[in-house]
Amino acid sequence: MNSAADIAPKESLHNWLMSDRPQSRRQAALGRAYGGWRTFSRNRLAMLGLAIVIALVLIAILADVLAPYSPYIGDLRTTRLLPPSSAHWFGTDDQGRDIFSRVIHGSRITLYVVVLVAILAAPIGLVVGTVAGYAGGWLDAALMRITDIFLAFPRLILALAFVAALGPGIENAVIAIAITSWPPYARIARAETLTIRQADYIAAVQLIGASPWRIVLRHIMPLCVSSVIVRVTLDMAGIILTAAGLGFLGLGAQPPMPEWGALIANGRLYVLDQWWVAAAPGAAIFLVSLAFNLLGDGLRDALDPKGVK
Amino acid sequence: MTGLSATDPVLVVDDLRVSFPNRDGGRFEAVRGVSFTLGRERLGIVGESGSGKSQTGRAILGLTAPEGLVTAKRLEFHGTDLLRCSPRQRRELRGGRIAMVLQDPKFSLNPVMTIGDQVVETLLAHTRISAKEARAKAIAALEAVQIDDPQRVYKLYPHEVSGGMGQRAMIAMMLIANPELLIADEPTSALDVTVQLQVLAILDALVIQRGMGLIFISHDLRLVSTFCDRILVMYAGRVVEEIAAGGLADAKHPYTRGLLNCLPRLGDNRHPLPTLDRQPEWAL
Amino acid sequence: MSGSKVGLEVKNLRVVYDGFIAVADTSLRVNAGESLGIVGESGSGKSTVLRAICGLAPRQSGTVQLIGQSQDPLPLPGSKPFRRLVQMVFQDPYGSLHPRQTVDRILAEPLAIHNMDDAETRIERALEEVGLGTGFRFRYPHQLSGGQRQRIAIARALILEPQILLLDEPTSALDASVQAEVLNLLEDLRARRGLTFVMVSHDLAVVTHLCERLMVMQRGQTVELLSSIDLAANRVSDPYTRTLMEASTGFRRGSEEIGEPA
Repeated sequence: MNSAADIAPKESLHNWLMSDRPQSRRQAALGRAYGGWRTFSRNRLAMLGLAIVIALVLIAILADVLAPYSPYIGDLRTTRLLPPSSAHWFGTDDQGRDIFSRVIHGSRITLYVVVLVAILAAPIGLVVGTVAGYAGGWLDAALMRITDIFLAFPRLILALAFVAALGPGIENAVIAIAITSWPPYARIARAETLTIRQADYIAAVQLIGASPWRIVLRHIMPLCVSSVIVRVTLDMAGIILTAAGLGFLGLGAQPPMPEWGALIANGRLYVLDQWWVAAAPGAAIFLVSLAFNLLGDGLRDALDPKGVK
Repeated sequence: MTGLSATDPVLVVDDLRVSFPNRDGGRFEAVRGVSFTLGRERLGIVGESGSGKSQTGRAILGLTAPEGLVTAKRLEFHGTDLLRCSPRQRRELRGGRIAMVLQDPKFSLNPVMTIGDQVVETLLAHTRISAKEARAKAIAALEAVQIDDPQRVYKLYPHEVSGGMGQRAMIAMMLIANPELLIADEPTSALDVTVQLQVLAILDALVIQRGMGLIFISHDLRLVSTFCDRILVMYAGRVVEEIAAGGLADAKHPYTRGLLNCLPRLGDNRHPLPTLDRQPEWAL
Repeated sequence: MSGSKVGLEVKNLRVVYDGFIAVADTSLRVNAGESLGIVGESGSGKSTVLRAICGLAPRQSGTVQLIGQSQDPLPLPGSKPFRRLVQMVFQDPYGSLHPRQTVDRILAEPLAIHNMDDAETRIERALEEVGLGTGFRFRYPHQLSGGQRQRIAIARALILEPQILLLDEPTSALDASVQAEVLNLLEDLRARRGLTFVMVSHDLAVVTHLCERLMVMQRGQTVELLSSIDLAANRVSDPYTRTLMEASTGFRRGSEEIGEPA
């Protein structure tokens, strides 16, 4: 018979997390998170997506260390438009700058845009949606009409308008994208809230005397958060592409910032003979968008409350 | 008259086992060796939640969830091996010669098709007749389940009719192809008590008229004992006792006796109610 | 703990949903410490009456008030003090507990809302009272069985120390063996705390077991008001009540009116 001391430490941690009798709030919460992680980690593609996203974050953090050359300085005389080689893995652009270094530094901008938009848009959508769904009546109608108005704006056109008003720049691009991103989250949150509102556990907490704000914030929102998270993750691909589009149009990041869309714009002029100038940033956008999609799919399966085992 | 002779076995079940994978990598055994023979009679299978009674019914029809594993020494319907027959054969049997009625018509009737269309669909899936004939047969089937205005109900959607009516429509749908075996999984649990008895009366009449075998799965031991000819009591995936109709008072297994005892009875004055003291050996 | 000093009186309650009359001019009175059962089939309005009492269903007309001896004026329905006096246990154990909250959180919530201190002790005592040990305190609802969930629902209802408990078919969704345990628990709690019960059920045996008086409802109307003893002894005046009684004895071959075929 194995004694407790013989069980490998990994197994006993696993047992502690999966225990049916958690002894503290922390154990219960960690156990639940662990269960979600196990479901998520069974999905190979999702793990691939996660790996790529983690790689993106690491590359962005370590950009200064990883980039072999400066992303801003190039030698017009000797290193202009060189094809990929062992010295320049992705070749050089028309200003003689190493494309590999520029793509690496561009990852920072991509991450910046994606995180800021998520932080701005998701909470707005969540609050608007849950309040509208719970309150009903004229408040619901008013909030939903406002949502519809913002939903009607095509993202790029609104971004153009913003930038025309406030001037070009990455921050204004972020604001423009965030403003057009929140409506779908509001819709999702509202749809979930309408279902949740009918449940007995909400009636129970109303009966206890909870104020509407308390109910929305502490009882309804936590249930909507996972759907919104999944939607945000799936949207990130689109956000990246929109930022790239704005960069392409010259409205987002301004030169010499190595934003990936701007890099592609740059490469547009040389795409026939010097294809590598646009290829590398294009591939980067593709890869990261794909990664977020895979991650979002995996999250949806893992966070589905009905699937909690 | 309590039922027709059980000499001609409609269904033979020998050592039926159903298991599912559980999250720790092992297997959870929902049904652990159930055996019985069914003739043209009313057989009740009674148990609480987790006893495996529903899984037994589903296994017979081949409706176990894909991750489940069904094995048996014998699972034969009129000689056809249900486990080893081809998927095509099983599809032909299902709905045609073996039918199943489920608990809640709200969930088992298609909400976007009219009742009449659903009954006709079943018919067209199993027989080759013209649409007009199918419609006439559907109306006749609705009449046979004592629906007062079959033409009107034919055009209604499931959400427009009451629970009792929905369940009768479900029965009509299941019986229209003249099955020889009907498996009813809690067919009356979602209904009011008075409606329950009406639906049971319909089932009873149909079983007698057509000489069908009926497996009635329920948690309600008392109700089943008033309706069925024989009762199998299930606990933790096994059959712990078999009782004949009217023989409830002579039940021997402590689980059955405990289950009967813990039910409150009108006119009784037992405070507190006796509770079931589960013995681990019952689950062996 | 001191017994219940407040009862409930409902006069001419009418609940209408979009033109459909769910409850029509229903009145009832439960004195402190008594237990009243409301029996009926689906569509009778019995659950709606309970919900209207605690404000979960809209009252078109009629009054709901607390009755009894008290120095201060008795709270009005819907007010926070009313909520401390009147609580409810719901039917579906699978839907009445928040799926993302531990038992501890579920029980702590009422205490937080009413600013009651000493949460730790109260929560532990509540769990003990419903027969669950401390091992259950940090479980999530999906880690509990139906009977355990219902016990938590009862603990939640009682943690505010109400005097009137409304029970909406508390054992209908439970297995027979679990039902007996929960019924015993409810009876025990009522005796210990001196609670007033208003219980809704479709099951005559269950409701006569727990309640002294019964109100039979059909299609929103009160059909009969009688004591459990009278019902059990078959001293029943209304034919509908009689039908319900006979139906509860089970199926009888050849005795059913199943309607005329068209």
